[in-house]
Amino acid sequence: MDEIKRTQRRRAATLARRNIYVETKQPETFITSLNPEAREAFFASEKKRIALNLRKRRITKGIITGIGVAVAIFISALALVPIFFTFLNSFMSSEEIVSNYQVVFQSMSGHATQGATYMSRTPVLKLIPEEVTISQYTTLLFMNPEYLFKYWNSIILTLPIVAGQMIVACLASYSFARYRRKRREVLFFSYIILMLMPFQVTLVPNYMISDALGILDTIWAIILPGIFSTFAIFLLTKYMRQIPSGYIEAATLDGASEWQIFTNIALPLCKNAIFALTILLFIDYWNMVEQPLVLLTDVDKQPLSVFLSQINEPELGIAFAASSVYMIPPLLIFFWGEDYLVEGISRSGIK
Amino acid sequence: MDNRTENQNRIEDKGEVTGIRPGSEVAKTEKAKPAKTLSEEERDAALINRPKAKDVTPLASKKLAPKDIPVFEDTPERREKLELRKKRHFKRKLRDWGIFTGYLTPSFVGVLVFFFLPLLMLLKTSFQKSPTNSDFVGFRNYERVLTNDAFISASKNTLTFALISVPLAVVLALLVALLLNSGLPGKSLFRSFLLNPMMVPVASVVLIWQVFFSYNGVVNGITAQLFDNAEKIDWLKSSYAQIVIMLLFLWKNLGYNMVLFLAALNSIPHEILESASIDGAGPVKRFFAIKLHYLSPTIFFVGIMSLINSFKIFREVYLLTGDYPFDNLYMLQHFMNNSFTHLDYSKLSAGAIVMCIVMIIIVGGLFFAESKFDKDVEE
Repeated sequence: MDEIKRTQRRRAATLARRNIYVETKQPETFITSLNPEAREAFFASEKKRIALNLRKRRITKGIITGIGVAVAIFISALALVPIFFTFLNSFMSSEEIVSNYQVVFQSMSGHATQGATYMSRTPVLKLIPEEVTISQYTTLLFMNPEYLFKYWNSIILTLPIVAGQMIVACLASYSFARYRRKRREVLFFSYIILMLMPFQVTLVPNYMISDALGILDTIWAIILPGIFSTFAIFLLTKYMRQIPSGYIEAATLDGASEWQIFTNIALPLCKNAIFALTILLFIDYWNMVEQPLVLLTDVDKQPLSVFLSQINEPELGIAFAASSVYMIPPLLIFFWGEDYLVEGISRSGIK
Repeated sequence: MDNRTENQNRIEDKGEVTGIRPGSEVAKTEKAKPAKTLSEEERDAALINRPKAKDVTPLASKKLAPKDIPVFEDTPERREKLELRKKRHFKRKLRDWGIFTGYLTPSFVGVLVFFFLPLLMLLKTSFQKSPTNSDFVGFRNYERVLTNDAFISASKNTLTFALISVPLAVVLALLVALLLNSGLPGKSLFRSFLLNPMMVPVASVVLIWQVFFSYNGVVNGITAQLFDNAEKIDWLKSSYAQIVIMLLFLWKNLGYNMVLFLAALNSIPHEILESASIDGAGPVKRFFAIKLHYLSPTIFFVGIMSLINSFKIFREVYLLTGDYPFDNLYMLQHFMNNSFTHLDYSKLSAGAIVMCIVMIIIVGGLFFAESKFDKDVEE
């Protein structure tokens, strides 16, 4: 049936192109067979039925969206609880915290099963402090210069790594993306393997190399390997390969030099990815624990993250404030550059 | 239908089609023939006797003899020309290569010094008795490592963690992305909520995790209130320890994976989904038949990223439980760290090399599968 119709239609179209028209008879349908009044009645009933259906569908859709929103709210609440918890607890006074969470940290220090007999009470999940004070912050920021030094250590370790790695990665990923050959792909693959490698794998040789370079126990022992880490290259190359080759060809035809293509075409097109990567790298290195722990034996040079991981009973009073203060820079960066981050992450995954 | 002929006539009047100025003498004489109506037989005759499309290409009707095809003679001029061309080609290749290496050099030198060189040193020490005593001992270090109970259990733990948490991270993120993409109000708000944990430093959260999951922690308190005879568990020192770490892993990585999936879902051509739903495909069928096909590259990418992050989970485990955690949290990185502190370098390097090889096999396999899959999708 379809075949016949199609050939008929094609024939009509061919003829129409040659300005030849054949009159065809309109077939009788259900609607044309009705008399006007019946048609009106039929339309009216149809309208009612469709309206009812639509309303039903709207209600079920509303219910489904309601459930979806509830689930989404639940998930995001789970995601946000630890953050809120830290922030709200940082406004408690030190005594309140100690009385509240001492049990937890006593059980941490090893004699949990023995302690169970005389410590039966459990801490209450307190979100609202009994008394809102900023005493934790004042003790942290004004009484203990040690923390401020550690904070400064974190900054001075993170910023050079991020800036350096971005510069190196932009150059390298441009060359990987623009001059793509089969044998060079092997090099790229080895970069990916290096990216995956845990820090511990090359721990000993890294230690020996920094010893040989004479940078052991200085911040350069961490900064230099950080700068040449290949994570940014992997993502940025993936991003740069999406640049249409037509853009670059057009630029070469217009007489742009290689450096001009790089700075005026490749970099601006990857602006979002570069922003996103900067944020990702920042959070990654702000988090850094293992490297400073091994390569910086001098406690004064270690960043705040190492200190935070070693918090126990004596410092419990200011632990929450320290955690919050440590959390603030990445969160601020996130709020500032969220759109770039989302855009950059999104584009890296799609081909 | 009639409309169209009128239109055409008007366009021809303007001279846009014929290339003749409007209103010129020629234009008037070459006006299109008026439409005519034919009987059926006439129409068929017109169709059958229409002019055939021949002599369209200039060489189509002419038969070429071999002597017509030009042969390039081996004259000195031509040889010179060819040589010049070859030289130019070589020059361009050299220039390409120069630029490639020029841009790559800063990274390559650094990677060579800080990553490749250490790996080579590692390979060397793995065959030595100890880093200082360079006696060749063959594969004895590997033997020692592969029969070491700590190494075996550590690699088992690392593998189980990756095998469970990576698919979980992919599937859960996909589900959340589908939920957010189903026309939910406030989608971007939820997205930024879920992305938030990614930005929180681990060291800050460790405290909270301890408050929740330690022996006298909050979770035990809640279970004690809900169930009368609930037993108190020290979560991080029990067989549930991996689950706690998995929660931390999911909490941290779900947002990132979800953003990737959201982007992929948005890039699916809308017309295809619409036509499928008009043809009567339900949401489940639409997902499995259409969306999954378009999502497959992203699923691979998310899997690789999650794998990377699952190797990084050591940091969290270390911060939560220190050098010697409960048995089922003892990761490969713990093994290496502890060998480092015990100065057992040859064992460490052999273990590291084994890990490298396994990783190269896994990642190489993944990338190979991805490239195969990509070709499949493109077809």
